[in-house]
Amino acid sequence: MGVQGFSNVRETRFWQRGFLASQSAYVLGALVVLIVVMALSSPNFLTERNISNVMQNFSFIAIATLGTTLVIITAGIDLSVGSTMALTATATSLAMRWLNDAGFYPFPGSAFILSVAAGLATAGIIGLANGFAVAKLKLAPFVTTLGTLSIVRGLTYVATQGRGTSPDGPDKGLFLAVTSARIPMPEGIPNLPVAFIYLIALALVMWVALNHTAWGKHVYAIGGNEAAARLTGVNVDRVKIGVYVLCSVSAGLNGIIISGWLGSAPANLANAYELTIIAAAVIGGANLFGGVGTAAGAIIGCILIEVIRNGLVLARVDPYWQQTLVGCIIVAAVFVDRLRSGRTG
Amino acid sequence: MSLLELRNISKEFGAIHALNDVSFTLDAGEVVGLMGDNGAGKSTLVKIISGIYTPTSGQVLLDGQPVNIHSPGEARRIGIETVYQDLALADNLTASENIFLGRELRRKVGPFRLLDHAAMKARAVELFEELKSETRAGDYVRQMSGGQRQAVAIARTRLAAAKIILMDEPTAAISVRQVAEVLNLIHRLREAGIAVMLISHRMPDVFETCSRVIVMRRGSKVADKAIADSSPDEVTALITGAKEAA
Repeated sequence: MGVQGFSNVRETRFWQRGFLASQSAYVLGALVVLIVVMALSSPNFLTERNISNVMQNFSFIAIATLGTTLVIITAGIDLSVGSTMALTATATSLAMRWLNDAGFYPFPGSAFILSVAAGLATAGIIGLANGFAVAKLKLAPFVTTLGTLSIVRGLTYVATQGRGTSPDGPDKGLFLAVTSARIPMPEGIPNLPVAFIYLIALALVMWVALNHTAWGKHVYAIGGNEAAARLTGVNVDRVKIGVYVLCSVSAGLNGIIISGWLGSAPANLANAYELTIIAAAVIGGANLFGGVGTAAGAIIGCILIEVIRNGLVLARVDPYWQQTLVGCIIVAAVFVDRLRSGRTG
Repeated sequence: MSLLELRNISKEFGAIHALNDVSFTLDAGEVVGLMGDNGAGKSTLVKIISGIYTPTSGQVLLDGQPVNIHSPGEARRIGIETVYQDLALADNLTASENIFLGRELRRKVGPFRLLDHAAMKARAVELFEELKSETRAGDYVRQMSGGQRQAVAIARTRLAAAKIILMDEPTAAISVRQVAEVLNLIHRLREAGIAVMLISHRMPDVFETCSRVIVMRRGSKVADKAIADSSPDEVTALITGAKEAA
């Protein structure tokens, strides 16, 4: 409705705005097609057992992808998430062993709580270092986190002499249950991996934070126009440090969950996962130039990558094709987005 | 007593004297043009008033009281708003999100304070109606014309009932029709009793909207006179240095 009767200005149609106009929506469409094709071609794909496995597998990277998406929205990047997963898992299992060796067990569950807290604190410190370097020292995020990738992986090897560590002590059972259990469901419904439940809960929190808090709008504003955000009084440095800390902590949480599933924390845990995670975020619609990205997109990207891997396994195709295919999808997703924005804007 | 007074403001960047002993006043409901060639010190002057730079020497007075404006947030708090040349808008947010950026309205939901989208949108719609702009509060800035972006930037200054609005080249790089829109917006600000400082290269804009013009050359004020007593030719001469002072 134009006050001055602007006949050439009309409301944008519903499919040109919101979720339907986003790259995430196109990728979701591709995912649905892929799932239908797989269901028709492989009788094992839609079995309860396989669905449960797929949910478990994408949850292993999806929590870290949520955090990485936050960083990407601010036009940053975090290459250190894979290393952070490893060091966090290592710190957690080392803490559990030390507490066991020291015989410190004041109440049931204490070893579990303290060691997970130690692990996540380690992740938080890594994030704080990344955020400080990017926000305060104004270092380029790519180079900074490339450095942290190496530093943190190195520390993991130093702390373990290159060997794996495994959680031990009175809370070992609790640790394994909380990280890798599957909740039995009634007949006909796939068993729910706990990691999937954490993922959904965290994604909901992230959705609320991004869309319904001032902090979320500041995250988007920094990605859209950092100078503008600064001029309007947004505390840019604090928000940036915050997203790097959240990214590291989300990666750490994923690392702990993976180590629970493996039953140990090898020093090379999650090696090169940062690339898969960033790929998932980008496929899900996060824009490396900043300003765009959602929790739903991050999860959609992770599901797509896992469904492809799973499909290749079921089709008895060499699973190493996965990397090649994921690469093609990244380029295709970015290309489709380019076509779309070229047409409308 | 003037709303805003600058007394003997100088600003040096190392060996460069960007501003030399500049003084002027600004009254409520007055639209003053600030003109000068590139590098004459216009932007530096605006940045001092809006809290981005601190002067090397001199004093800024607001309502007769000396003030120390050390950040854009501080400037906004005491009633000085700036519309920047590049507009300082986030393309990926809507008009109303941009208007409220950094001072969002929130409501309590249980223990949390979440954004009050409806209230912000309603207020944004009101602001655009006041400005008689056809800009829609829910549209993304990336889809907007130059004039609409200008309206968003100006609407933002109206949020906190600013007393002084500094506008840096608001009509640069927009179409003729949009220029008319923006000049209308400035008229409306004046009617609301707001002091506007219009930094512009465009002679017609200044002569159409301003009651007074200040001309800068090489960091010094060379003229400060009523529009009625001046002419575009004289101002051009002052800007280029063909005429020393007036």
